[in-house]
Amino acid sequence: MKVNDVILQTYTKAVAFIILIFSLYLFLAGHNQPGGGFIGGLMTSAALVLLYIAFDMKTVDNMIPIDFRKMVALGLTIAVFTGFGSFIFQVPFLTHSFGYFRLPLLGETELATAVMFDLGVYLTVVGGTMTIMLAIAEDDD
Amino acid sequence: MDLLHLVIMAPFIYAGFVPFLYKEGRQIHTGWLVVMLPIVLFSTFARMIPTIANGETVQKDLAWIPSLGINFTVYVDGLALLFSLLITGIGALVVLYSIYYLSKETEALDYFYVYLLLFMGSMLGVVLSDNLGVMYVFWELTSMASFLLIAFWHDREKSRYGAQKSLLITVFGGFSMLAGIVLLQQITGTFSVREIIGQGDSITTHAMFLPAMVLLLIGAFTKSAQFPFHIWLPDAMEAPTPVSAYLHSATMVKAGIYLVARLSPIFAGQAVWFWLVAGFGIATLFWGSFNAVKQTDLKAILAFSTISQLGLIMCLLGLGSAAVYFGLEGNNVLYTTATLAAVFHLINHATFKGSLFMIVGIIDHETGTRDIRQLGGLMSLMPITFTIALLGAASMAGLPPLNGFLSKEMFFTGVLEASQLSLFNMQTWGILFPVLAWLGSVFTFVYCAILVFKTFRGKFQPDKLEKTPREAPFGMLLAPLILVALVVIFGLFPNMLASSLIGPALASILPQLLSPGEIFEAQLSLWHGFTPELWMTIGVIAVGTLLYLSLPKWIGLYRLFPQKLALNQAYDQMLIGLERRANQVMRLHMTGLVRDYLVYIFGFVIIIVGSTLFLSNGFVFETDHAAPIGVYEAVLAVVMVIAACVVIFSKTRLTAILATGSVGYMMALFFVLFRAPDLALTQLIVETVSVALFLLCFFHLPKLKKEGSSLSFKLTNLLISLGVGLVVTLVAFASFGTNGFEPISTHFLETSYKEAGGLNVVNVILVDFRGFDTLFEIVVLGMAALGVYVLIKLRLAKGDEP
Repeated sequence: MKVNDVILQTYTKAVAFIILIFSLYLFLAGHNQPGGGFIGGLMTSAALVLLYIAFDMKTVDNMIPIDFRKMVALGLTIAVFTGFGSFIFQVPFLTHSFGYFRLPLLGETELATAVMFDLGVYLTVVGGTMTIMLAIAEDDD
Repeated sequence: MDLLHLVIMAPFIYAGFVPFLYKEGRQIHTGWLVVMLPIVLFSTFARMIPTIANGETVQKDLAWIPSLGINFTVYVDGLALLFSLLITGIGALVVLYSIYYLSKETEALDYFYVYLLLFMGSMLGVVLSDNLGVMYVFWELTSMASFLLIAFWHDREKSRYGAQKSLLITVFGGFSMLAGIVLLQQITGTFSVREIIGQGDSITTHAMFLPAMVLLLIGAFTKSAQFPFHIWLPDAMEAPTPVSAYLHSATMVKAGIYLVARLSPIFAGQAVWFWLVAGFGIATLFWGSFNAVKQTDLKAILAFSTISQLGLIMCLLGLGSAAVYFGLEGNNVLYTTATLAAVFHLINHATFKGSLFMIVGIIDHETGTRDIRQLGGLMSLMPITFTIALLGAASMAGLPPLNGFLSKEMFFTGVLEASQLSLFNMQTWGILFPVLAWLGSVFTFVYCAILVFKTFRGKFQPDKLEKTPREAPFGMLLAPLILVALVVIFGLFPNMLASSLIGPALASILPQLLSPGEIFEAQLSLWHGFTPELWMTIGVIAVGTLLYLSLPKWIGLYRLFPQKLALNQAYDQMLIGLERRANQVMRLHMTGLVRDYLVYIFGFVIIIVGSTLFLSNGFVFETDHAAPIGVYEAVLAVVMVIAACVVIFSKTRLTAILATGSVGYMMALFFVLFRAPDLALTQLIVETVSVALFLLCFFHLPKLKKEGSSLSFKLTNLLISLGVGLVVTLVAFASFGTNGFEPISTHFLETSYKEAGGLNVVNVILVDFRGFDTLFEIVVLGMAALGVYVLIKLRLAKGDEP
């Protein structure tokens, strides 16, 4: 896809990063507010798709040199290993735990192992959707 | 997680490192880095011998899926320990042997050792798991690993054929075994072997007891290559020789034996069990040894010999189960002989067959052929190999003073005793056992003679060999030397293993015969006087020698068997027929037209959901607790309907896509109205991304065309869409009207913060309560993504090919 649109490109530069940051927020907020790995991941892909639509493929690939297929593998690995992590504490597969910690700058914060599993979901969703999109989009010859 | 769990997992974990070891250490053979693991494991198990010999057992639990009663329980008793020692001990020797057998320059060693370690771990899992569910998982893993190993030289067609055959047959058995396990669980309410045994006689009266037993036995018989499932084993010999030595003589094929022994405490004492196990065992023994004689490939001889020896052990286990019938009264020691012989022969078979396989590998390696018609006269060229082969084969033939002699004598004792039993109709049919056993032994003697003398004696034919044979390097001889040393040692000092290994194993097969705290006192002796057994052995040697010497005169008898009736033929025909039928069925419904598929899917939805609704009187229409419809909802609904209609009548793709998207966005607004922000957010983003995807997909497609479609075509479409709409609407009303169940949401609302520390219930359900679902969903997503990628890229890579 080759689109050359100055207005779209100018806006995209700003908007894409706002969406990215928002998606990150969504991902982290997931446990208590609307959001989570799935939505955050989709939001991130939406931002990336916007980038790909506004600029040509080569430019974006240079900007974010990520192999999305490897991202799928990484995401799945993280998710599975979070599951196995529970074996160390002699509890069944995928049992999560959480606790409240006092952290510098952030104050009283809740940390949950579920977030690590969610990170796996997030990476898989981003990697999966982007792999599909790019595979289809690249297929123009 | 205990040390024992770690021991089972260790080969799997180590297998993960093998590719790196292979890459980093190219200059040394990867086998040297792998061989350490089985040695360490072997010593771990060896240290447990004193504990187990005292009659104690070790049990370690690890909850896996507690809600289904599936726990990774490791249970070590005499039987499990014996098998573990075999697996790791023979495993170490096989790896050692493979270092010299497989060249590091030409073979894909990383794959080989990964598969081998996977196999070792799965096998340990099979014999050490107390939970039948877990054991089944490992059981199938052994089938997988063996499939990969048999097909190791996958560029050869015969390797692929053999691998497929073994997989089809053993997995067929595995499935039937799974059904048996589930039935057992239904009867007893537990997967644990310990607990099932603990329930005692109450199981035997259950209606499902017999089906469960038969299904489990099919699993055991396929794995242990019992007649008529034995046909996969000779074809599995296409695997590299170390694999044949390991999987197809010492370990995997013995998994079936293990299963029968392990389940004996549950089923023994039943006439059906006795007849099935002993009957198939003796039939296999005879058929295997009879067929081994006509083989010309050294490995094929050994394959049939393994089949026959496995039949022997199986038969002994069946005969031994009669001991339980008699219970504690009387002189039950007499009847345990058969089981004792089974356990002893299990060890002996691993030693002599392991060494023989390695010797055949050496011959193959040094001469380039395994065909006995081309071999001969190797005795003076390969003296050490010859000695080992002679000892191994003599033990297999049951000649004194080797260990095979002892177990063969006990086997004869077993069948003689069993033929005089006064139960299970043995008075009439029992005489078959000694007769078949004796005949089988005669043929065993004959093929052992063929194996040794046709290879090492006779005329040396160097012109028929690819290489000039010479003695194998010492490293290659080391493993078979160790095994053959054991053959001699166990023969001369038979009581060495009696109290440490055989007794405890016996105790786990026949626990009914022991009062708590008691242990079996197994006594084995080389010389037992001029008994009928000894006369039988003398007869075997005499008749066997005669038959061997007159072999050319009667070998033609084998050609009289009709080929059409051969089991292999039946298997091949079945496979071809299956493929043809599958193709027919597939062509019927896989038309390649998306419309057809949608018609099938929607048709089924209408029929199944609609009829369920109708048959169960499920339709209720109640508006009592319905909320009033506001202006927003009404407007949104109207917009949605309009957008849906636009899709149908749109002239361009772009309009259609955007209209579809707006239906989705309206849906998201509905979620907002009904206070489901999480769903609304998801719906919005999914819609955005999918619209973008549609746009990408349709970018290259030609413009929409008006197609002149027939009236009946349109009518079916209309009928189906109306049907689906109606059914879905009815279901929606019905689900709204029903208040029979308490909504599950209350439970989640109450527990989500308390148990998972999250306020967002949707997300808590996704990652905490139903995390397993999510895990598999993302696996599906990842698979789908890779699938799309591969489909598109593969097509491009191949140019214009469809």
